[in-house]
Amino acid sequence: MTATAWLAAVQTLLAVGLAPGLAGVVRRLKARLQGRIGPPIGQPYRELRKLLQKEPLVAHHASWLFRATPFIVFATTVAVAALVPLLAVGLPIYAVGDLIVVVDLLLAGTFFLALAGLDPGSPFGGMGASREMTIAALAEPVIGVAIFALALTADSTNLGRIAARMLAHPATAVSPGHLLAFAALFIVTLAETGRLPVDNPSTHLELTMIHEAMLLEYSGRYLALLEWAADIKLFVFFALLANLFVPWGLAVTLTPLALAVALGALALKLGVLALALALLETRVAKLRLFRVPELLSVSFVLALLAVTASLLGR
Amino acid sequence: MPSALWLARAVMLAYAFGAVGALVSRGRAGRALGAAGALAGSLAVLCLGVLVLAGGTPLPLPALVFPISGVLLRVDSLSAVFLLIIGLVGSAAAVYGYGYSAPAPGHPVEPATGGGAGGPRPHPDPRAMGTLLNLLLATMTLQVLADNAFTFLFAWEAMSLATCLFVLTDAADPEAVRAARWYLGMSHAGFAALVGLLLLLSGGDLTIPFEVVRQATLTAGVRDAVFLLAVFAFGTKAGLVPLHVWLPMAHPVAPSQASALMSAVVLKMGIYGLLRIVVDLMHGGPAWWGGVLLGAGALSAVFGILYALLESDLKRLLAFSSIENIGIIWMAIGAGLIFLSYGLLLPASVAFAGALYHALNHAAFKGLLFMGAGAVQRSTGTRNMERLGGLIGTMPWTAGLFLIGAAAVAALPPLNGFASEWLIFQALLEGFRIPQPSTALLMPIAVGILALASGLTAACFVKAFGITFLAIPRSPAAERASEAPFSMRAGMALLAAACIALGLGPFVVVPRLSGALEAMGLTAPGPPSPPLVTRPLGIAGTTGQMSPVLLAAGLLGIVALVHIGLRLAGARAPVRRVDAWGCGRIRQTPRMQYTSAAFAEPLRRVFAELYRPTDDLTVHVHPASEYFVQSIEYHAAVSPWIDRLIYRPMLGLLTRIAGRVRAMQGGSLHLYLLYLCVALLVALLASRWLG
Repeated sequence: MTATAWLAAVQTLLAVGLAPGLAGVVRRLKARLQGRIGPPIGQPYRELRKLLQKEPLVAHHASWLFRATPFIVFATTVAVAALVPLLAVGLPIYAVGDLIVVVDLLLAGTFFLALAGLDPGSPFGGMGASREMTIAALAEPVIGVAIFALALTADSTNLGRIAARMLAHPATAVSPGHLLAFAALFIVTLAETGRLPVDNPSTHLELTMIHEAMLLEYSGRYLALLEWAADIKLFVFFALLANLFVPWGLAVTLTPLALAVALGALALKLGVLALALALLETRVAKLRLFRVPELLSVSFVLALLAVTASLLGR
Repeated sequence: MPSALWLARAVMLAYAFGAVGALVSRGRAGRALGAAGALAGSLAVLCLGVLVLAGGTPLPLPALVFPISGVLLRVDSLSAVFLLIIGLVGSAAAVYGYGYSAPAPGHPVEPATGGGAGGPRPHPDPRAMGTLLNLLLATMTLQVLADNAFTFLFAWEAMSLATCLFVLTDAADPEAVRAARWYLGMSHAGFAALVGLLLLLSGGDLTIPFEVVRQATLTAGVRDAVFLLAVFAFGTKAGLVPLHVWLPMAHPVAPSQASALMSAVVLKMGIYGLLRIVVDLMHGGPAWWGGVLLGAGALSAVFGILYALLESDLKRLLAFSSIENIGIIWMAIGAGLIFLSYGLLLPASVAFAGALYHALNHAAFKGLLFMGAGAVQRSTGTRNMERLGGLIGTMPWTAGLFLIGAAAVAALPPLNGFASEWLIFQALLEGFRIPQPSTALLMPIAVGILALASGLTAACFVKAFGITFLAIPRSPAAERASEAPFSMRAGMALLAAACIALGLGPFVVVPRLSGALEAMGLTAPGPPSPPLVTRPLGIAGTTGQMSPVLLAAGLLGIVALVHIGLRLAGARAPVRRVDAWGCGRIRQTPRMQYTSAAFAEPLRRVFAELYRPTDDLTVHVHPASEYFVQSIEYHAAVSPWIDRLIYRPMLGLLTRIAGRVRAMQGGSLHLYLLYLCVALLVALLASRWLG
């Protein structure tokens, strides 16, 4: 394998390996902001290890699809992680899938997870599936238009090239179109990763659940895969926000020094985003389900304004 | 290429053999002959399409193929793409139809409740189905081969009538009669528009070859008129909103191999006609033409999928989803025309290639889905999803194949729906190259609408698959379901394989499509600069690239690695079966599950402005006190208001006119003879004055 292929593999493993840690950091920061000590940052890893050892329970009416879904969801999420620039721009792997592929791979995971929610025949799973698909459908146009804004300034939907273009033309980073697109995608990130104010990741009440309701029937190694995939999804969205809009630090040349700088910059950017998420989740309450479309339409308008600003500001 | 001519003859012979064979022989032999003729003919059509697409040269087919004077046939790469569609779905429908038209396993008739989906009806005559299948396939083949206005019109009308007879297969069903009446009315309105536009286009002589029409120069006013007539004529055929009313009525009532053909192929004839007339013969037009198509397509896409979401009749859901997909194809063609009017050839090529590719892909997955729905209906006797469920256990093959179709229609990578939607997205993203900002702004809005439609499609097909095939059976009929016979599964498997192959191989398909673009006159002069760059194992639009093969390989690799990783980590405790979590309830019954209506409820509320639902809540209380509720009645209905708004006044007007005309009908033979004489006299005088 060539150096670029190795680097792509390392990037992917980095995302898969660090994702539970990022979730742990967010939890810890949130606890501190709320005046609690909170679990140690390594807690998600321990939970995954524990779940992997446990005996999986499967509902009587669940079919083979229920047991296949964790693998499908995990695979699509990891594939997305492989396509997102974490350390370097200009790797050949970015040509395997562009921003549109990333979005639709994530949608594929959601699709199967919703089916798995319906499979055991429990009302909670159906509720979660219905709500999740509603939110996913309404988030799609925001993502589509935000992609347009990004592709417009970079003249490409290739993730590596979007970042490289921004590095070459730093002035575009503060253009109004760019800032608006960032805001729109940030709101979508909250919706897609099931964070407050759209969904509460730490809820224990079935009736308010969205993402957790679909996972309700899962246990053991299946649950471990799904929890891990959710962590990777958050990591990937953060990495997208960080490296598409603020790409500084990404390695342009593949020297060890540049890569070390890239790793440091990634940690810094993810830390800032984690802090922002923790602050937000401490400050806002969960929205009623039927207020979520309003939030998403706000972000749609932001995305549309972003495109308009970029189109007129060419 | 003499082989192409022989193939074309073989096609017509096979279809004729199948049609006659099915009609004259009885029972199993009749079914076999009908299926064999349709299969042989469709395979020959498929070969013809591949041959022409690979060769790339247009080829006149001497009228020998079809012995009527005035008929002119020719095959080029644009026809070839649609020949592929006919051949692919035709072969699958022939194989599937052999099993489907056999008497179904006996099921006690259940009372048809809710959703309007009736119980099992007496089985339609297999002889009629075999003959009609061959006729329909033959007329559609003729349609895409037509090289003058006369042949085009002849094939068009024959195709409409064959389709109409298919809708009427079960003539005892009032629903089918109503659907056929709507279908006939709408398709004849479209036919009238088609006659008008072809007369305008060919200057009155319907027999001149299209090559002469291509050279003709028309004034801008006439061109605009032709364009608007084309939108109407091909819009009615393709089921464009608001000309779609017949579609959700007609597609569900036909036998399932016919529903599959109607949704997957007959609708595409509208696309073919539009491309042939507007892009090929008229070389596109001003930007507003594209704008009209883009707008109508966007309306169809959103409207179609929103109504599909609420539907609990599985085949009606699929029919509405076809409206959505047709809308997406029209959007791509509209964007292509806009690019063309600004001289942006490259994005226009991507857009038209996306439209053609999506037409092909939609044929594969919608044919598959309709056949799956047919298998479910045949086995359970109902299309109402609220009475289905749990079929993944009893019909594992049908369920697995339907899942592939559902994932393809939801545009999930790496299946075929994704490949073509990706191309269309790429084309729309090119919108920023349009110099005029007001027009350029249409493109991000189109991207938003396309993304919304694809998100809603995912939700819709989670519902369609999840409610029909997963969880606990909702009725005894669903519990007793049995797997479809081998031939039906084979037909579906063929299309499922096509979904996967077309999804993995855009780098094979898309370059071949550029031949069709050339046939439409979309090439820049000079050295061939391939507009659609292929990468190793992938494709590139103008702004991005992807490789479905590598993606699929990566996904499979990750699944394998995770599997091995779990083994190594010692995570192999055996699975234990338990009850689903129920907050302490004792027993789980099918009534506790989410239903189709419940699944769509959040979106129904979000889009209430568009649906205009009518909710009716009646609470009966005890006469003594209003705090003792005796019963609660709740009715919710969503009827498409576009139909109410446009068609009800129009039908009222027509009925009134018909009432006036009735005054002329005296019933006496002498009166009618008098009318004839007067009409003849008027015609003679008119011809003298005008000619």
